[in-house]
This record gives sequence, C-alpha cells and structure tokens, in this order.
Amino acid sequence: MRKHPADLILPALVLAAFAVAPFLYSNELMLFNFIAFLALAQGLNIVYGFTGYLPFGYVGFYGAGAYGFALAVMHLHAPPLAAMAAGAGAALLLAVILLPLLRLSGAYFAIASLAAAQAVYEVVSNPALQHITKGPYGVSLSAVFAPRFSYYVALAILGVAFALVVWLRNSRFGLALQAIREDPVSAGMAGVSVVRGRTVAWLLSALVAGLVGAVFAWHISVFYPDTAFDLGVSIFSVVFVLFGGATTLTGPLLGVLILYGVYNAIGITVPQYFQFIYGALIVGLVLFLPNGLVSLLTARGLRVP
Amino acid sequence: MLIGAVVAGVVFGLYFALVGLGLNLVFGVMRIVNLAHGDVLMLGGYAAWWLLSAFGLHPLVAAVLVLGVFIAVGYPLYYLVVPQLQRARDSEMLSLILFFGLSQMIEAVTTIAVGTTERSLPGRMLGIGPFILLGARLPKPWVFSGVVSAVAVAGVYLYLYRTRLGMLTRAVMVSRDEALATGIDVHRVSALAFGIALGLAGVAGVFAPFMLGSITPAMGPDINLTAFAVIVVGTLGNPLGTVAGGVIYGVALMLMQTYYSSWANLLPNLLLIAVLLVRPEGLFGRKTRRA
Repeated sequence: MRKHPADLILPALVLAAFAVAPFLYSNELMLFNFIAFLALAQGLNIVYGFTGYLPFGYVGFYGAGAYGFALAVMHLHAPPLAAMAAGAGAALLLAVILLPLLRLSGAYFAIASLAAAQAVYEVVSNPALQHITKGPYGVSLSAVFAPRFSYYVALAILGVAFALVVWLRNSRFGLALQAIREDPVSAGMAGVSVVRGRTVAWLLSALVAGLVGAVFAWHISVFYPDTAFDLGVSIFSVVFVLFGGATTLTGPLLGVLILYGVYNAIGITVPQYFQFIYGALIVGLVLFLPNGLVSLLTARGLRVP
Repeated sequence: MLIGAVVAGVVFGLYFALVGLGLNLVFGVMRIVNLAHGDVLMLGGYAAWWLLSAFGLHPLVAAVLVLGVFIAVGYPLYYLVVPQLQRARDSEMLSLILFFGLSQMIEAVTTIAVGTTERSLPGRMLGIGPFILLGARLPKPWVFSGVVSAVAVAGVYLYLYRTRLGMLTRAVMVSRDEALATGIDVHRVSALAFGIALGLAGVAGVFAPFMLGSITPAMGPDINLTAFAVIVVGTLGNPLGTVAGGVIYGVALMLMQTYYSSWANLLPNLLLIAVLLVRPEGLFGRKTRRA
C-alpha cells in the first residue's frame, strides 16, 4: 500500500466529489445511480477481474438485496439499517445456493448464472406469491423513504467496494486469486486453495451487489420486479468493467463515468440511437481493445491504479 | 389431456430444435457463443412479415428467400468479426460480449425501422382448422411449422454427413488445430457454417409468429435463453443432439403449461441449470469437455 498511494488517493477523490455533489447539483437520483453503478462495477470487478468468472446474472444479487430489504420492511417492520443487513443476507444466501455454478467455466458459467437470475425473477414476480412479494405489482416502502440519508449510505457502500478492490490489488490473497485465474492447476500445485479463493471472491462480489440493491430499494422506495431484476443492470455493469479494463480501480470507474455519462446525455431522450451507438462501441472495443481502455497505458508498462 | 400435451410438445420440440440448431452449429464449429442469435431470428420474422404485407408472399417462399439471403450475409460477416475475435486471449468469453453488442445494434435498427409494436402473421396462411394427430387436436400452423423444422434439421444432417464440405465441417468441430494442419481451409468451412447458422435462425424466425404468437424487436434475449436450454439439454457442440434437446424441452414445456401454468416460465432456467450441474456434457455427449 505504501508503494502505491494512488490506489488510495483515487477512491478518496471520487468519494469526496460525490459527497459534496448533492449540494452543487440538484438531480440527486442521477448522482445516486452513478454511485450505484460505480459500486456494482467494482463489485463485478471483484469476481470477474480477479477470478475470470463473468456472471451475466449479476443482477440476481442486486434484486435479491432489493427484495431482502423490501420484505424486511414490509413484514418485519425493520428499521432501514437492519433491513439493509437483511438485503445483504438475502444476496449472500443466493450466492451460497449458487456456489455449485463455480464448477462451470467460461460461457457455461456466464449463461448458467443468467438463467439463475431469471429463475429468481420468475419466483419473485410470480402472481402465486403475491401475498409475500406482491408479485409483479411491485412494492412501496414509503414509510422508510429518506433520500438524503440513503444517498450517503450508498456512498459508504461505494467506499466498501473500493476498499475491497484496493485490498485485493495489494494483498497476497488478491495475487493468489489472479494466479488461479491465469492457471488454476498450477496455482493449486503452488499451494493456493483454489476453491476457497473463488468462493470468497464470489461471496464478496455478491455482498456488494446485495448492498447496492438494498440501498436502491431504500432510496427509490417504489419499484417492480422488472426494475429490481432488470437484465440491463447486469449488462451495464459488465460493459462498464470491460470498457475500462478489469482488475484495476480506474477501469470500471472510467467505464461508468464515460458510458453512463453518455447514457444520461442521450440514452433517455433517444434510446434507440443510444442503443445502436452502445452496441457499436462494444463491438469495436472487443475487436480492437479487448483489455479495455486502461490497456492503452498498461500495454506501455505503466501501472494504473 | 396428457397425450395432447405430449403430441403438442413433440411438434413444438421440432420447432425448438430449429431455434437452437444455428446457435449450436456456431458453437460446435467456432467455439464462440452467438448472443445475437435471437435477434437474427427476430429479423427473419420481420422479413416474413414484410414480404407478406408488401408482396403477398407465402411464408414458405419467405423462408426460402430468408435462408438464401441470411447465408449470403453471414458468410462475409464471419470474415468481418470472427478471425479477429479468435486472436484474443479468451475468445469464448469475449464472443459473448461482442455478439451482445451486435444484438443491441440489430435491435436498435429494427426498432427505428418498424417501431415497437408486436407483429403477427395470420395463422390461416398455413392452413385452417385443427389437424388430428394421434387423437390430439393441433392447429394446422403448428404442424406445418413442425414439418418445416424437421425438413430443415434433416437438411443439416445431410449436409454434415453426406457432403464433402460437411465432412470438413465435422473435422473442424473435432479439432480446429488438426483440421488446420491437415490443410483444410478452416475459415471457409467456418464461414459457411456461420452463414448456414444465421439462415437456420432466419427460417425459425419466419415461423416464430405462428409458434410464439407474435414478434417484437426486443424478443431476442428470451429466444436466446430458450435456445440455450435446448442445446445444453441436447449436447453443446453437437448439432444433432439438439433435436433430442428440443423435443425434451418442448414436451416438458407443454406438460408444465398444462399442469402448472403459472410456473411454466421457470422451466427453461431450471432445466438449463440442472443439466449443466448434473451432466455438463449434455444428455447425449461423450465426456470430453472440462466444464
């Protein structure tokens, strides 16, 4: 850590900027969404950047967090912070149930995790469970609505996500994970516990998404299963991470700031044109810059925070 | 009711086999995942709708046209993206993202061109009234689509097992490197397989309005999930296992819809996860793949 102060300065600057932003800019929901995607991108970075598993169904943990929060508020009348814990617990529980998926690899894993997220969505939104989850009709949590407080809780979660990635980048454990990603057999031979490493990264990643989902439920307070399990959340997170470059702090950060910035500029007014540009960007990126924007620097031997 | 569900399931299964076949052919030959498969299918559906409303062409004629045009488009498209993609370190994973980008572009262009309204074709184009099969009453369009699907699948079988190019294709499937070393023009074989795969998706799209009710520009991802379930249950990378996968999927879907209709949407997801975890090589695969 002493060797790489930039790993601490960069997240601190981002957190400080978002801490004062609500006083300078009135669209708090947009700022909140930026924080949420920054945290989700770093959460995905934990599992994809350090273990190579690409969960297309990452939104499943986000939705589980949102519904964990909502169910705790609706049925247990839990205070918001306790309900946040319930959301995180729901995401972790889902991650534990899905642990067997880690036996798969590559595209198989990506698709199986997508199917798992869809399956959870089908259960939550099923009209047969309306008395528990309110089915497809959505939940309303106006009793705990507190936009300013939940904004800063979201910022704290972003801080946690940053801290996890900084830790992985500067610790033996993170190095062990990258060794597993490059070659699990050799890493195992060298005494690295492959299964334990993957499991920890998977659970941490799910925890971040669950916390973000829970704080999303709290901040927005009225939502539907279609929003909580919107596949777009997964897709955006994946694209942000890949666009910037995984395994770094800067990559996902750049991805969110640039692409989500573009989305907010044109994506809402002319969604089809945005979708087209977005698709073209992705295609171009994979073909010409498969390791993300930061590879422009890392390929020259520079260390990017 | 049971027999009705099973017979309808088999007919739908033949159609689902056609839906998955192109995706499986691409994976088998190129080891990449075409996430734009569902969108190509959607394009086939819109082509059929346009050919009918503008020129009054019968869906069967549309299917032949779509097959030809999509093969002709797929062949150069292969050279445009796939060789470059396969140079990357983790091409299987990157292909997911590349073709996702392509699917977004297709969806956006289609939405700009035709809007988001659902389109359907009149079922009477493919025959009026029920067709009695083993005592089960099925709408004639279903049977028609099922038969066309069976013919298309048989065509792929003949191509793979009765022609020289098909033999070369199977060689590439077994081992790309050894095929290259033997002097097979791997790129030409792959490009043709890619074109055929898009053509098959297009034909499946022509009959999508009859089998799935209607088509929208955003239908791609759902189709992909169904296609994945079908080919994973069959055997990933083995085009003919797809038929078995399709029939199993179709029968299971019909049984679910008959007896537990509110949970029917869960089926493709659970089937996919279950097969991947219990028998990742697919129901009919040999144990060759390290999943």
